[in-house]
Formats: sequence, C-alpha cells, structure tokens
Amino acid sequence: MIVSILIYGLVNSVILILTALGFSLTLGLSRVANFAHGGIYVSSGLVAWLLLRRVGLPYPLALLLTVLISGLLGALIYRLILIRVRGIELSEVIATFAVGVAILEFFRWLGFVTYEFNLPSFIPGRVDIAGVLIDYQRLFIIGVGLVLALLLWFFSHHTKIGLALRGIAQDEYTALTLGIESDWAATLSVALGSSLTAVAAVTILPLGIISINTGYDVLLIALAVAVVGGLESTVGLVVAGIVLGYAMVITSNFVGPQWMMVVYLVAIVLVLAIRPSGILGQFKELEERV
Amino acid sequence: MSASSILTVSNLTKRFGGVYAVSDLSFDLNPGEALGIIGPNGSGKTTLVNLITGFVKPERGGRVFFRDRNIIGLMPYDIANLGIARSFQMVRPFTHLPAYKNLVVSLFSPKVRKFKGGKYGDRDEMAIDLLEEVGFERDSFVPYKAAGSLPHGYLKRLELARCLALEPDLLILDELFSGMSMSEIASILPLLEKIQAEGTTLIMVEHRLRELFRIVDRVIVLNFGAKIADGAPDEVMEQDEVKRAYMGIEVEPDA
Amino acid sequence: MAATYRKERLDRGIKARSDDIFALASYRDLAYLLLPRLLLIGGLLLVPLLEGVLGLYWLNVILIACTIALLALSWDLLASVGLISLGHSLFFGVGSYIAGALNYSLGWSPLLTLPVAMVAGALICTLLIYPILRLRGIYFALITLALPLLFMRVIEATKILGGTEGLSSLSPLPGQPLVLYIVLAAVLVCFFGYRRLIDSDYGLVLRAINDNDRSVMASGINIYHYKAQAVFIAALPATFAGAFLTHHYRIVGMPAFSLEYSILPLTSVIVGGQGSFAGALLGALLLVPVSESLRAFGTLRVVLYSVMLVIFTVGLPEGIFPYIRRKYHQFERPVPVEEGS
Repeated sequence: MIVSILIYGLVNSVILILTALGFSLTLGLSRVANFAHGGIYVSSGLVAWLLLRRVGLPYPLALLLTVLISGLLGALIYRLILIRVRGIELSEVIATFAVGVAILEFFRWLGFVTYEFNLPSFIPGRVDIAGVLIDYQRLFIIGVGLVLALLLWFFSHHTKIGLALRGIAQDEYTALTLGIESDWAATLSVALGSSLTAVAAVTILPLGIISINTGYDVLLIALAVAVVGGLESTVGLVVAGIVLGYAMVITSNFVGPQWMMVVYLVAIVLVLAIRPSGILGQFKELEERV
Repeated sequence: MSASSILTVSNLTKRFGGVYAVSDLSFDLNPGEALGIIGPNGSGKTTLVNLITGFVKPERGGRVFFRDRNIIGLMPYDIANLGIARSFQMVRPFTHLPAYKNLVVSLFSPKVRKFKGGKYGDRDEMAIDLLEEVGFERDSFVPYKAAGSLPHGYLKRLELARCLALEPDLLILDELFSGMSMSEIASILPLLEKIQAEGTTLIMVEHRLRELFRIVDRVIVLNFGAKIADGAPDEVMEQDEVKRAYMGIEVEPDA
Repeated sequence: MAATYRKERLDRGIKARSDDIFALASYRDLAYLLLPRLLLIGGLLLVPLLEGVLGLYWLNVILIACTIALLALSWDLLASVGLISLGHSLFFGVGSYIAGALNYSLGWSPLLTLPVAMVAGALICTLLIYPILRLRGIYFALITLALPLLFMRVIEATKILGGTEGLSSLSPLPGQPLVLYIVLAAVLVCFFGYRRLIDSDYGLVLRAINDNDRSVMASGINIYHYKAQAVFIAALPATFAGAFLTHHYRIVGMPAFSLEYSILPLTSVIVGGQGSFAGALLGALLLVPVSESLRAFGTLRVVLYSVMLVIFTVGLPEGIFPYIRRKYHQFERPVPVEEGS
C-alpha cells in the first residue's frame, strides 16, 4: 500500500509538473499568463489523434508534428491576439481564456467526445516494481518529466536565448537597450510553452481518453501548481507538483477518489488566502503588496 | 529615541533583490522641525518615505516610532489616520472632474469624519474650504475647473490639499517642487511656512536644493541608501562626502 | 486642385450646454436628456404586454436576457472597482442553491427565499472573496475561476444539496407577464441604482480605488473595506438572478455553477462596453436573443461568444455603447483642409 502510494504519488506529481510546465515557462519567461493553456493541451492530443488515425502517420512522426503545430499555435495566439493587448494584464487573461474556451468548445461541437478518441501508449504493457504493477507509460511520464525539467533549467539559466528571455521578463527596457526584441522574445516563449504543453499532453493522455473537460481542469491545475509553488519559480513548481501530487493520491486513497479533484482547487483558495506568494515565492511583493 | 521626538527612525533597511535601497538608516525628528531629505537619484529617498508611511515593509530589525508608537507593520491608511500625511510625486487627479471633486475622496477617511464631524453632510463645501487653504481663490472659477485643465502648480496644490485634509501632525512631501517653475515655488513657499508655523512637522524630499533650503533648517543627505550627513544645510553641503556623492569623482584642479 | 476634406467632430449644441448642468435652458434640453432614459424604461415596460406579438417563447427569452443583464450589471460594477471576475457563476450558483435549499428543505415560498438568498448569498460570497482582495487583480480573477468549479466538485463528491441530480419540484413563480415584470423591475432598479451609485461621492471613492489606490490609502481610507462593500453590492443582483431562475425553472443543480453563467455576462459587458452600465444592459439584451435565435447551432454558440469576446477585447475594447453614445452627443461634418497651414 505504502509503496503503491509512493509510486503513484510520484507519477501524479510528475503529471502535475508536466501539465503546469508549459504555462509556468511562458509566465516566467515573458510574464504572459496564457489562459488558453487548457485549449492547447487538449487540441494537441486531438491533433495527434488526427495525424495518427486519419492521416495515418507513424506514431513518432505524428507526435513530433503535434509538438511543432502546438508551438505554431502558441506563436499565432501571441502574434494575432496577445500582442495587441500586451501590458493590459486583465485583457490578456480574458482574451487568452476566451481563445481556450473557443478551442475546447469548438472541438466539443465537432464531436470529439466519444471513447474512440484516445492515444496509444508509447510502449504497451506494465512492469512489476516492488510488488506494484505499473504501466510503462507511467514510467515514461516520470522519465520525460525529469528530462524536461532538467532541460528547462539548463535552457533558462545557461543558454543565451534563455537568459535573454529571462532578462526581458525582469526588465524590459534594459533588455531592449541591449538589442533584445521584446515581441520576438515573447512569441518565442509562448511558442515554447505551447510546445511543452503538447509534449505533456501526448505523454499523459495515453493514460485515458481525450476528454474536452480535461482542458478546464488542466488550466486550473497549472494555475494551482504555479500559485502554490510561487509564480516564476521553477523549483517552486517542482515542489508544488510533488506536494499536490501526493496530496491528491493520498486523498484519493483515504478519503475517496471523487475528492481528488477538489484538492487542487482547495489548494488555490488556501494558498491565496494565507500565503499568496506561494511556498517558494520569490515575489514577496505579493504579500507586501499594498 | 528621545522622549520628545515626534518621529524616530531606527535601523531601517530595505533590500530589493541584491540592492540595498535603504541601509541601516536612523534619525530623530522633533515636533515642529522642518527636515529636508536630499541625495542623488536612486539614493533611497522615496523608499524611505514609503517605509515610513507603510507602503513598503522593511527588513527585520527596522523600526519607525511615531510618538513612541512603532508604526512598522501598520497599513498605510492606519498610519495616515494616526497623523502622517504624504504626497505623491506624480499627481493623477480625475481630469474631467472639477478640482474640488477630487478632494472629496480624502474626506472619507475615518479621522476626517471624526474631527470635521458634525455637518459632515456637505462634502463639497468642505472641499472648497480645503482648496481655499491652499490658495485656490474661493470666488473664482478655479476650484470648479476640470482638474485636467489646471496648470501644474495648481495640481501640486491640489495634492497638498489632499494631505492637509487629514490635519496631519507630520507632513511628508515627496518632490513637491518637481516640475514647478520658480514663480510657482515662490508662491507656494508662504503656504509651507504657514503650515510649519501652525506646528506641523515637515519632511521634504527634494532635488531643488536652493528652494528647499529656504524652508528647512536641517538636512539629511542620503547616498546609496545610507545617511552620509545630517545637519544645517550650509554645513552639510560643505562636507566632502556630500560633494562627492553629488558630483561623482572629485576633479583635481589643474596644477 | 480639389480641396481635401477631413472629418470634424463637434458636440451637439444641446450637449455642450447641458454638460455640467446647473440649470436647463429649455424643454428641448430636458427632452434631449430624458429621451434615452424614457425610451429605455418605456420600451422595457411595454415588452411584457406584447405577448400576442412575440409569443410566450420570446417573452421567456427576454426574461433570460434580463437575468443575464443582472449578471452583466453586477460584473460591470466589480470592474469599476478594478475587480475582473472570470467566474460570475459563483454568485449565481450561491444564490441559486440558497433559494433552492430553503424552498426544498424548509418549504419557504419564493417571497421569502428570493430576498434571503439574495442577501445571504451576497454575504457569503463577500466573505469568501475578502481574503483575496489584497492581491493583484489577476488573483481575484483566478479565485472567481476556481471557486465555482470547487463548489461543483464538492457537491458532486458529497452529494449534498441533491448532488448531481439537484433539487427539483421547487415552488414556481407567477406566470407571464407578471414574472417578466418582476425581473424587469429588478433590472431597472439595478441599472439606475448602480449609475446613481457610481456617480455619487461614494462611487467616486470606488473609482479612485480603481484608478490610484495608493493615493486613496494615503488619504486614510481602508481600500479593502470599500472593495468588500463593492463586492457585496455587486453580488446582490447576481445572487438574485440565481434565486430567480431557480424558481423559474423549479430546479437547481450543478449547472448553476457552470461556465455559461460566467461567459455570457462577461461577453455582454465587453461587447456592450464596460463602465457605463448601459453597455452591460445593451450587451445582454442583444446577445441573449441573438444566441437564442441561433439555438440550432447548439454548443457552437459558446464558441461564438468566445470568439466575439476575443475580437472585442482586442479590437474594440470600448464596446458598442460608447459608439452609440458618441453618435447621440456629437455630429461629424467634413471640413476642408486649409492649404498651406
């Protein structure tokens, strides 16, 4: 039982981290809160499905194309919409939220709502670890999560582009004087965030069916993880993912599975009420914010 | 902390990331004094004002005593109601509303309501009274003009009126003179003198030193968040460190 | 050489005279000011009598439009204080459930449940939101997004208040046209009341908080108390709308917290124009009947709302009403461009 909780908790934690990664990256790199996150997540899954089942591409190619297409979608969202309301935080939120809703409900209207919409696992089958049966897909999730987290950390701290993007997030004017174009940087970071979200989606969705409502949950999960961990802190993201992931699994086991989804919503409310800058928040200004 | 000081700042420090905006600052202020706070750009003057008035929280260990009461941790509105009023550098009134309407908001403070009490009904009347105090001619159109059409000097007086509504014991003015012409400053100086004569303690953060020195008899110089001088204006301006802070590197005279 | 022209905009004479009113110069001035308001009140009050022309179905649609208008007006008031709500269904759902529960368990009639649900619901929502008011606006938006979903999930999990099936067979409201008059009265009271409020000195404090909250704080005013009051005042029509529809449909369930009651008012205000309350009203009265006539499209309508929301947020953030108002108050004429100037 304990081992089962430990392992499934870890899987769940990584799922949460992966889900929130794209959103958090965009937020941290260019201060853009992309509330279309959920829409991008689900649409990635459906695009992958279409490429696989309707166009007939081999699975790996379909996945690769999906990631690229999602990146493109992100860039388009920025170029067509966000760029016009840049700086007006609340318009950004409303506009991207509406885009997300439009995408999700559009797919719902087209009829992508039955059981046939699912993605196959990368490697089918399961393996026994310390007495607990666990799918290869779930192991894959852990692997992908780790690799991505490391890549991301490396990218934002050690590559020129990553540093440039963070520079802009911190001080746009100075970055501009150094020749870093703010709009190009923002486009890039939204595109990157979307691609990451696509990676998360295609890795996680094989666990079940692609359900439209997941889109709304995904947005809230990303927000929950970001808020609990502290906006714009990658370590905070990981810590929050682990905390929430285990909390959800433990709740599911001891209280009841239908309570699992309540956990992250309660987390948002509690954290905002008690410690708004999050566990590892760097911007204590939120609490001090007068 | 002397028993008779109205304001005692003690070991005030504020860090933003790696930068010390204010660094271990301490000073006393006696009732009725007029203190000037000066220093080059970025020396922490406005941060100091924000720290005193509660808009920013200091690092641990810093204290600000207002009449023997530690006000660190209080919200800005509570501090304002205790008797400390501050002005803002950028005045942003409702441009399309008449000047006196802009003051109405400040009449909602609990302190104002308590003391001006009684016929609290007519806020408009009270606002016109306040404007008169700061030099808006009562029987002219000026109080009724749209705030957006007022010249800059009048906007600053409006901001001053907003502070005076609170009937403060300590008035902190953040770069009141900025953007004002020499004649506008000349015409506002008697008002400041009157405020001081009535017993209000004054702190003025300024860049316009010559005008400032006509009002204040004591000056504190900040540089990189630390106090580098404290005394009478002419003495302080002679100090080497002050000169260096304002001028930068000392220039050796040609031999 | 042909002269080139440019368009010049001038206030109509009447408008120029009637701004900053201290006295009206003539009946014409009076009529100019009163006409839009009379048209609105008269027009709305006439509608229920047109049952023969419009049919019961469309009267019902207008009823729904009015409840959405209440939500939109509520949203607009919150926006005037700087609080953007992405989940207005929170207020709607709380009002719905309180009325439903009181009626179901205690048998109270709508005469009681409506006012109680309105006030109690507003109180509860204000208390829930109060801790968040200290944070940046985006966090308020977040909480309003999370709370309705949270309530839905909790109801689903605990099966309280009827669980997924909800509470049904609740007491009905009187039939048309009386019921339509009730909600129309609510809309008119709310509309004119809010406009009065925002134009008053108290409203000025609220607008100042939105515009420059540091200055307001430095004047000794606890902005969080005022924000909380604004939330309460804004919640009232929204909780009322929820309670009203609960009795109108005679059922309350999880859909009371659904996205639809958040997106519709939001879209109404953005399309109509935020800040004037008239825009919110206009938006709701336009969108709901239009969406009703597109009923054949099913869920595609939500897609259309969202797309409209994006287009208006990005392209026409002011909304439709300011355009109409400008046309009423100003006229344009071509004016020759002087050469050599």
